[in-house]
Amino acid sequence: MMPFNHMKDYLTRQEALSFAVLALVLLVLLPLSLDVMRLNQVGKYLSFAFVAVGLVLCWGYGGILSLGQGIFYGLGGYAMAMYLKLEASSPQNTLIQTTPGIPDFMDWNRITELPWFWEPFYSLTFAIIAIVVLPSIVAYLIGVAMFKRRVGGVYFAIITQSIAAILTILIIGQQGLTGGINGITDLRTLKGWDIHTDVANYVFYFLCVFLLFVCLLIAQFIKKSKTGRILIAMRGQEDRVRFSGYDIANFKTFVFVVGAAFSGIGGAMFTLQEGFMSPSFVGVVPSIEMVIFCAVGGRLSLVGAVYGALLVNIAKTTFGETFPELWLFAMGLIFIGIVLGLPNGLAGVYSTWLAPKVDEMLNRLLGHEKQNQEIYTSIPIVKQGVVS
Amino acid sequence: MAQSKDLGKGFKLNRRHFLAAAISAAVMLSTTPMMALADKPATADVNTTGLAVTDDTVTVGILHSITGTMAISEEGSVQAEILAIEQINAMGGVLGRQIQYIQEDGASDWPTFADRSRKLLRQDNVAAVFGCWTSASRKAVLPIFERFNGMLYYPTFYEGLEQSPNVIYTGQEATQQILAGLDWISNEKSAKSFYLIGSDYIWPRTSNKIARIHIEQHLGGSVVGEDYFPLGHTSFNSVINRIRLRKPDVVFASVVGGSNVAFYRQLKAAGLDMSKEDFTLLTISVTEDEILGIGGENIEGAYASMKYFQSLDNENNDAFVKAFKERWGENAVIGDVTQAAYLGPWLWKAAVEAAGSFDVDKVREASPGVELTTAPEGYVRIHENHHLWSKTRIGEAQRDGQFKVVYETDDLMEPNPFPAGYQ
Repeated sequence: MMPFNHMKDYLTRQEALSFAVLALVLLVLLPLSLDVMRLNQVGKYLSFAFVAVGLVLCWGYGGILSLGQGIFYGLGGYAMAMYLKLEASSPQNTLIQTTPGIPDFMDWNRITELPWFWEPFYSLTFAIIAIVVLPSIVAYLIGVAMFKRRVGGVYFAIITQSIAAILTILIIGQQGLTGGINGITDLRTLKGWDIHTDVANYVFYFLCVFLLFVCLLIAQFIKKSKTGRILIAMRGQEDRVRFSGYDIANFKTFVFVVGAAFSGIGGAMFTLQEGFMSPSFVGVVPSIEMVIFCAVGGRLSLVGAVYGALLVNIAKTTFGETFPELWLFAMGLIFIGIVLGLPNGLAGVYSTWLAPKVDEMLNRLLGHEKQNQEIYTSIPIVKQGVVS
Repeated sequence: MAQSKDLGKGFKLNRRHFLAAAISAAVMLSTTPMMALADKPATADVNTTGLAVTDDTVTVGILHSITGTMAISEEGSVQAEILAIEQINAMGGVLGRQIQYIQEDGASDWPTFADRSRKLLRQDNVAAVFGCWTSASRKAVLPIFERFNGMLYYPTFYEGLEQSPNVIYTGQEATQQILAGLDWISNEKSAKSFYLIGSDYIWPRTSNKIARIHIEQHLGGSVVGEDYFPLGHTSFNSVINRIRLRKPDVVFASVVGGSNVAFYRQLKAAGLDMSKEDFTLLTISVTEDEILGIGGENIEGAYASMKYFQSLDNENNDAFVKAFKERWGENAVIGDVTQAAYLGPWLWKAAVEAAGSFDVDKVREASPGVELTTAPEGYVRIHENHHLWSKTRIGEAQRDGQFKVVYETDDLMEPNPFPAGYQ
């Protein structure tokens, strides 16, 4: 059963175009123009795009500002890292330790037995499931606890932020179980396959792009479904939606869980491409950075969020490599400029200035074909530049 | 099967690089007479693995945090490494080539360290990297140095438990800092009871593990307390109360970073005055750099176990301190790690000259046994396990922020990153 009557209900021409351009950039342009090291960097930036896409749904559409997406990114990343670490800690690789067969940081902390919650991570299947399910469960618990009590807005943002801080402290404090501030390092192979080779870098990059598009299409589906419309209504006038008989808390929890699951996948992709996971992605600062990726790209645009994550990270690396002493200031200026000048981010710039011209051009190109003309005229132009 | 794979790869490479190879061969031929005049080995001989070495220059990397919370600590290391490189260049460089350096910022963020190290090794093809400070940053870059066969000179005293073929550890591993220090304080102060306190991460925990075993099994003493505090913790009143209650002969401290400032001020405010006879503290984490923040009056009388103090009285150190102040300002202070960082470029130069090549494999092979008679700390030599033989010294903190050296071991201490009986 198709939930949409026509393809065009799911994807407008403009949206289809933007997805196609993004695919062209990520699958063709970047792999052809960058060497494998730079492509690996882009792959890592894309792992943040998962979070940003989730934030577009939560924040842009649902009006739920979460300053704790690092929690879910971290959970996904740690789930992946725990599996890889166990594989790297086989008894023959760790002969030098007091207790061979457990991760090195446990041995340093005088732990002599693998903790129970590490056991299941010997299984890759379990790890893959955990990457999505673990963040979802945590998000569900947070969501139920908060939204059922009608905690929202700034309060919700502050609570998510403090949960992120708590989780960081927990990870750093329990270093015998988690690797502490060092994180889980020295990950080498996946099922015996070296994850640091050029081939592995390419494979993970394309896997990352593929999964990102899966998430984008799911997000697009939610955005265009009835749930998506209720989310927008909720963002505008929460009480009216509640009085119409909808259970607001369920919708909010749902979209928050989806955002968390996306973030978990992103975290796992980071671990695979970087070869380690660290608590520095869980805390308050990285969580806020993730919101910034979303804001720069445009918080109402799924594709914009991907560009936001890419551009901010590229800028960060470029400034960092070129002006090590000035880059923080340059980054700050860019953010202030974007927030002041472009409240809808880069996507706002596109839809205001470029989209009409692109439409005009497409019409001229396709103008003689009746079918296309029909599609164009039947699309309601959605004005999404509304700031709640 | 593996063979045919290799053949295929070689064929592809040949085709792709045929033109480049032809051109470089032509260039080499035309410059050979010139190089013979300059009396230095041909680039093709000293660099067979595609490192950033030209006829006149060799490029290395400096990778420290110059932004973020670690910047204060790592700044001294950057300055020392740059000074060493400039001095080596003034003496004619390494194998007739001037050293150029590319400086990257680790930004106090471990993933950034990993990212930048990958850039230095894969894109810049640097011959060596001088860098990292915290264990976390070293752990983050380690797989990358091993994967892409780089050479890292790591300056910080650290917990040991590591011995990578791709790292030269120019600081002390834990036993070099702890054992002689505890022996001395146990004799000098007839200390029997110890209170261990540290920041909560791998280095203090490992150090205290070694200290506890040494105290209990070799010194016949006892440990009356062991406490850890999160990095950046600033309220030490509860532990200070416990210290007053249990009255240990010695407090053995490995508190790091900003926490130090609060810890020593609160000790002093609580009346535990280290400049008096009744309270003794031995630290392995406070150098001249940290005293800048703590304030000399707050830590006066504490003992530190290090291998280097700025006040060390020898010819090498006099010249080093003078050059450092000329280059970086009269107010610069030099701590233990800064001196260890200064050794990095010199040890690398010595190893490269011993190997007659910049190739990482050959430098690694030549490294064990490489010695430096000009080190500010005196004489150092690289052990087979890539750590340095060096002396342990005890300094007593002075009001002016310097240490008075009160003891040094007669012999060089052997580095032992995996100490048997201490794990």
